[in-house]
Amino acid sequence: MSNETLINKDGLRIDGRKLHELRPTKIEVGVLSNADGSAYIEQGKNKILAGIYGPKEVHPKHRERPDRAILRCRYHMAPFSVDERKSPAPSRREIEISKVIREALEPAVFLEYYPRTAIDLFIEVLQAHGGTRCASLTVASLALADGGIPMRDLTAACASGKVDGKLVLDLNDIEDKKGEADVPLAYMPNLDVITLLQMDGQLTIEEFTEAINLSLEGCKQLHVLQKEALKSKYISVREGVKE
Amino acid sequence: MPTFFERRQLVAPGDLLAEGNYFAGENTFKNEEKVYSTSIGLVEFQERRVFVVALKAFYVPRVEDIVIGGVTDVTIGGWIVDINSPYPALLRASDVMERSYRPQRNNLTSIFDIGDILIAKIVSYDRTRDPLLTVRESDLGKVTRGQIVGIIPSKIPRLIGKKGSMITTIKSETGCHIVIGQNGRVLVSGKTVEDEQLAIMAIQKVEEESHTSGLTNRVAELLKERSGR
Repeated sequence: MSNETLINKDGLRIDGRKLHELRPTKIEVGVLSNADGSAYIEQGKNKILAGIYGPKEVHPKHRERPDRAILRCRYHMAPFSVDERKSPAPSRREIEISKVIREALEPAVFLEYYPRTAIDLFIEVLQAHGGTRCASLTVASLALADGGIPMRDLTAACASGKVDGKLVLDLNDIEDKKGEADVPLAYMPNLDVITLLQMDGQLTIEEFTEAINLSLEGCKQLHVLQKEALKSKYISVREGVKE
Repeated sequence: MPTFFERRQLVAPGDLLAEGNYFAGENTFKNEEKVYSTSIGLVEFQERRVFVVALKAFYVPRVEDIVIGGVTDVTIGGWIVDINSPYPALLRASDVMERSYRPQRNNLTSIFDIGDILIAKIVSYDRTRDPLLTVRESDLGKVTRGQIVGIIPSKIPRLIGKKGSMITTIKSETGCHIVIGQNGRVLVSGKTVEDEQLAIMAIQKVEEESHTSGLTNRVAELLKERSGR
């Protein structure tokens, strides 16, 4: 596709990572004081903020469900999040991603516990550099947990794909655009359930199976980081008291 | 039949707590003989019951609970009260009136108006219908003085303490009158604003450090130190 290579002769990728290595990830929980729950993630150059409000009364009233809560999700990219200014209006792509994120999180949340209510989830991409739908899912799941919403498991998400004929984990923007395939996947590690699986590009059946396994490994690593981030606030209070 | 955590250890949603013949208590669920946590909190084991004390939660109404709420709307038949829960509460006009209530004759805003703070008790609630309140009992009704602090509802039992030890300490050390709403709102009224501020500070400390041990003694020390000034 292009003359420059995405993987050099030492087997390292353009940002210096090994083939099966995640981008450096930093997660923080409880960053917004006005939201009921919130979280922030930096995964490579991605910077994403998520906040949840609720459960609360449903407006407009006709969207209310008598048997369960509804989860409403808005994935939005800030106009300054990409190189070329993005129109702040929701694009076709953002509407689709909002939908897949909502559907990937719904199996984790006990929506049936709080009928006739709504949980509003807002995801704001401040800086985008490939794989934002997965990073958004990872951070949204933490925002829900921080809001005290009962959940079956934390949902972690990670993509894998094919670049220069090799399978790699956690594609960045350049690899995503110039590579051959991209497989985003969301996973609940404790329950062993996949809640999102998409593919863009072409892979053989063998490559596809391997890509899924690679994504699953990435999700498991992210899940460890998620739990650490969620617990760290309380652990630091406890340690502060002991001293 | 193993358990995978110690008592009072921090757990996250989805953590496997116990396997085998255990009951799933609060903030847990059971799937194929395995008990998992549903919230961030502290795990507890009582006999065969496993439960999690949530560190983050919202208030779900329960019958007989005393709650503190604000009037958000006045309707023909009564008031809508915000009780800090996913469901708004209703207070019927007939609950307050001495005689039978007639919308033509009685002006509801002269009794409670939008913005008024009430101490009320939940008389009925299930998930299909909004909670119904009453103020027809002693110590219930409109709040006229004091300050309100909001804390996370699941930490109310910690604020009360074993046999009320924590709240008794705060009351006696600050001389404030304290009313605890189960919905995470606490009314503090004292002789001076300074007394109230001191009590509020202690309450917020309890909320912040609810998952640590030896808290009652630390709060008592803190209050003695500050009030002796």
